[in-house]
Amino acid sequence: MIKVEHLVKSFGPKFAVDDVSFSVERGEVLGFLGPNGAGKSTTMRIITGFYPPTSGRVTIGGFDIVDNPLPAKRLIGYLPENAPGYADMTVHGFLGFVADLRGLKGAAKKKAVHTAVETCFLEGVLYQTIDTLSKGYKHRTCLAQSIIHDPDILVLDEPTDGLDPNQKHEVRGLIKRMGENKAIVFSTHILEEVEAACTRVIIIDRGRIVASGTPQELKARSEFAGAVRFATRSAAAAALGAKLAPLAARTEVVSERDGNVVMRAYPRERGGNGAFVGSIADLARRESWQLDEIHVEEGRLDEVFRSITLPDTVKGAH
Amino acid sequence: MNAWNNIFAIMKRELGGYFTSPVAYVFLVIFLLLTGFFTFTVGNFFERGEASLVSFFTWHPWLYLFLVPAAGMRLWSEERRLGTLELLLTMPITTWQAIVGKFLASWLFLILALALTFPVWLTVNWLGSPDNGVIVAGYVGSALLSGAYLAISCMTSAMTRNQVISFIVSVMICLFLILAGFTPVTDLLVRWANPAFVQTIASFSVMTHFEGFQRGVLDLRDVVFFLSVIGFALFTTGVVIRGHRAG
Repeated sequence: MIKVEHLVKSFGPKFAVDDVSFSVERGEVLGFLGPNGAGKSTTMRIITGFYPPTSGRVTIGGFDIVDNPLPAKRLIGYLPENAPGYADMTVHGFLGFVADLRGLKGAAKKKAVHTAVETCFLEGVLYQTIDTLSKGYKHRTCLAQSIIHDPDILVLDEPTDGLDPNQKHEVRGLIKRMGENKAIVFSTHILEEVEAACTRVIIIDRGRIVASGTPQELKARSEFAGAVRFATRSAAAAALGAKLAPLAARTEVVSERDGNVVMRAYPRERGGNGAFVGSIADLARRESWQLDEIHVEEGRLDEVFRSITLPDTVKGAH
Repeated sequence: MNAWNNIFAIMKRELGGYFTSPVAYVFLVIFLLLTGFFTFTVGNFFERGEASLVSFFTWHPWLYLFLVPAAGMRLWSEERRLGTLELLLTMPITTWQAIVGKFLASWLFLILALALTFPVWLTVNWLGSPDNGVIVAGYVGSALLSGAYLAISCMTSAMTRNQVISFIVSVMICLFLILAGFTPVTDLLVRWANPAFVQTIASFSVMTHFEGFQRGVLDLRDVVFFLSVIGFALFTTGVVIRGHRAG
């Protein structure tokens, strides 16, 4: 549905987006991750037709966003960053206006406004003007306008920004549900959000795509991925380390307090499919260590994110 | 899904925007008070002893000089300040539909303000028997004049997100359009400049072209002048908006 090919956008000498390509099909939820100023919003503004690209091509459902903007824009619902809205309009008036521009009329318009209001829980503030709304409601009002015409494609720039934890949970659930039959791109810098809602992730830094894949694939790139973490009271850390040395590439002590040791052992090679954890369990049985906890680490997205997006100079200091 | 539906939707929102805030009412009251004051007190409506609205229309270029930029300054700068410009231009509408919709809404509002001066017309008809054709021409000219100023305000409003700057710049441009053909100024210019040159400059002035309407002459050239100022300013608005997006 969305196809982005070699997208470049420069503002003067500065490249905000530099050779970005990806595509999103129906049924996919693509998470756009990156530090502030990485080019997430700029990319979204180009996809939605607000900025023309400096070079490259964006096609939406087969329509080029530059050459054929109207049919392309009809397919998209867009939530811009900071969820703008007309301060002096009521929520109801605002949604009605957007429905008008989306070509909805009469009963269809009424129904669309009603559905959007219900989906985004706006019943309580329907006749309040937008400038009197709290940030969460303002955000949901703008989200409501983006889904009012039940678009095939949703582009959401930080959809959970400024929401409280319950609302965040609701919106993630909503994105996941809608993602079943729409193509969705959303940006965020909250990593748990990506794990909760995305089928695919792109990490973008300084205008370039630096990593992409499913959340699981990215997590596997973490140095923790495949490591075995266990806790025991049966031996001191030094003794455990010595026994583990033949099996593991290296071990580290996560914590040691009151005789309670938590250790992490890294396998010699990755993707051993449980052989490594099995060998540690065997060792524990032979040495009759009492294991309070043992599990294989999945890897952590935040760690992957940091190792990819931190500049090299900063990375050295860690 | 035709263009007029989109233009109409934008007009409806824009007009609603005037009337849900106090802006519209403040504007209407000030406009009507000032027209009354200038017509009857400064313009010596009664002392003139003639059944015409000359003393009413003469002041319009000067009144509009401040009031029209005040009504038009928020048109685009407000959209930019709130960030709704991004929302508006990612809707399935073209930029010119948005420009025309906003312009027509504000023009309609100014025409409404002008129409509310009808008591002046009633008064002059009650007191004497004026040539109503001349008065109609005057109203048409005044509406076109406000449209030209408004299009200029649209243009300056698109240039900045600061309404005050937008207001000041459009007042300056409108003032130039008045002074270029204002008799005291042209008289002064003629002393050093070639009369043909002065006349060329004056032909760009709204005063030159508004005069005909006041005398009851509906000259096609004057109508074309105002319409082309509107067209040019709105076209420039489009260029300015495209410039922001291209970065």
